[in-house]
Amino acid sequence: MIEFEDVTKQYPDGTVAVDKLSLRIPSNQITVFVGPSGCGKTTSLRMINRTIERTSGTISIDGEDINGKDPVTLRRGIGYVIQNAGLFPHKTVVENVATVPKLLGWDKGKAHGTAMELLERVGLDVKLAERYPAQLSGGQQQRVGVARALAADPKIMLMDEPFSAVDPIVRHQLQEELLRLQRDIGKTIVFVTHDIDEAIKLGDNVAVLRVGGKLAQFAPPAELLADPADDFVRGFVGQDRGYRALTFVHPEELPLKPVPDELALKDGVPVGWKNGSADLLPLGALFKRGDSLRAALDAVLTSPTGSGVCVDDDGKAIGVIDQSTVAEALRS
Amino acid sequence: MNWIGDNLGLIWEALREHLYLAIVPVILGLIISVPLGYVATRYSWLANPLIAFGGVLYSLPSIALFIVIPAILGTKVLATINIIVALTIYTVSLLIRNVIDGLRSVPPDVRQSAIAVGYSPLHRVITVDLPIAVPVIFTGLRVVTVANISMVSVGAVIGIGGLGELFTLGFQKDFLTPVVVGVVLSLLLALCADLILVTLQRLLTPWARVATPVGEVA
Ligand SMILES: Nc1ncnc2c1ncn2[C@@H]1O[C@H](COP(=O)(O)OP(=O)(O)OP(=O)(O)O)[C@@H](O)[C@H]1O
Ligand SMILES: [Mg+2]
Repeated sequence: MIEFEDVTKQYPDGTVAVDKLSLRIPSNQITVFVGPSGCGKTTSLRMINRTIERTSGTISIDGEDINGKDPVTLRRGIGYVIQNAGLFPHKTVVENVATVPKLLGWDKGKAHGTAMELLERVGLDVKLAERYPAQLSGGQQQRVGVARALAADPKIMLMDEPFSAVDPIVRHQLQEELLRLQRDIGKTIVFVTHDIDEAIKLGDNVAVLRVGGKLAQFAPPAELLADPADDFVRGFVGQDRGYRALTFVHPEELPLKPVPDELALKDGVPVGWKNGSADLLPLGALFKRGDSLRAALDAVLTSPTGSGVCVDDDGKAIGVIDQSTVAEALRS
Repeated sequence: MNWIGDNLGLIWEALREHLYLAIVPVILGLIISVPLGYVATRYSWLANPLIAFGGVLYSLPSIALFIVIPAILGTKVLATINIIVALTIYTVSLLIRNVIDGLRSVPPDVRQSAIAVGYSPLHRVITVDLPIAVPVIFTGLRVVTVANISMVSVGAVIGIGGLGELFTLGFQKDFLTPVVVGVVLSLLLALCADLILVTLQRLLTPWARVATPVGEVA
């Protein structure tokens, strides 16, 4: 557990970036700091690894005040990922990932072995290991950044808007993979974003901060949407919070209809809708069994035929759902 | 042409001395500029005055330095140490700007990650900041090395100095060959030195030559 107690940060120019923040960040979960630009998210995050020193208050990790620790040692035990990855341009991918193990004095073979394993874990082709960061796409760099942060198996990982500089499709992939990774590794992750959707998607808990570094609400995302603490939070989670709340509704058994003939399949995988001509109509969004009602609704709304396609883990169509079924589920 | 054959020993000696007088100051200057440049990036108010001071020093005529330095150091006017000191001053005054610019060329997010992963300050400078600054520092090194090679010849005016001695010899005897030999050799020397530096830089910075990424394939 990371605990903030009355933590204040005032910069030398007088700006109070964080004001008496008290917060308990539970272990082995993802806690998201969200809030408008300049509200003190980065400052709060960086006080945890002491790359920014607080002005007053205490921050402790598992009951130990971090001020009692040597900052360099502290940092080697905390992974850190930032927006543009911040990879070392003069080191190859594998050397980047092996940085912390080497700083900790592991021998080179072991450090590189671990680095290669991590590259695979974050979904990177190991053929990229000998490339330099400039030879990678933004999304790939970000994966290397995550691998570097995890290399020495830290208990805590800090992530400052790690996915905000990549395009929406890649961002979506990276978010999914972070969730998948987290199911295996169960780290204490503190994640900063200004995107409420990302906060809701990733967070086990979400801390909403207002400008001046004050905590507006700290709650699991479902509660945040259902019961915003005040107008600021209500405004921040947005007008369509009802729609967003569907993320947390999991209609266990939405009745599926059999795959209709109009759906064009290739080896069982849907590729489009037939409309009589040679060209297929686009598919729209797909959803999986066990996905939220939001995903099902999205599939129905984006489908040209009004039928949302449900697929299994291999991407094969297992049935469709129509608007009336979703509407039925929404009413209940 | 006979003159060359008869004086190979003399020519070789002049070349060797020329190289020595030009290169030692480059090495000394580098050793001084790097820590100085680092201090100037830590205490950033120092950087601009240092660069400006370097500019002033660099614009002093070399002949003046060669003559003033013995007075200050108390060395003999003819001692080679004068040339070494004068050229080291030139080297530092020019390189300091490149070292500062080079260290400033480290992207802020790279520096920030270096701190966050747990590099100690000195370790970070040596293994992250300086390697990234190499291309900018080498630009300065190349300029200053070529400049030093040509300035060593000026030393001949006050009686010291490598290939410059061949010029003096030629002018005294009103005889062109040694002058031509001196000019050609100092040009060749400058070319070779530059070639070596370029090669060294390429070896040190394989990462600086890589292609830009192709498309977004995450
Ligand atoms: N080094 C600094 N000196 C002075 N003020 C600073 C400094 N760093 C940040 N601030 C100020 O502190 C406040 C909080 O900054 P911080 O970077 O923590 O915000 P943020 O929530 O991360 O914003 P963003 O979403 O834009 O990244 C802002 O008003 C900012 O201008
Ligand atoms: Mg920020």
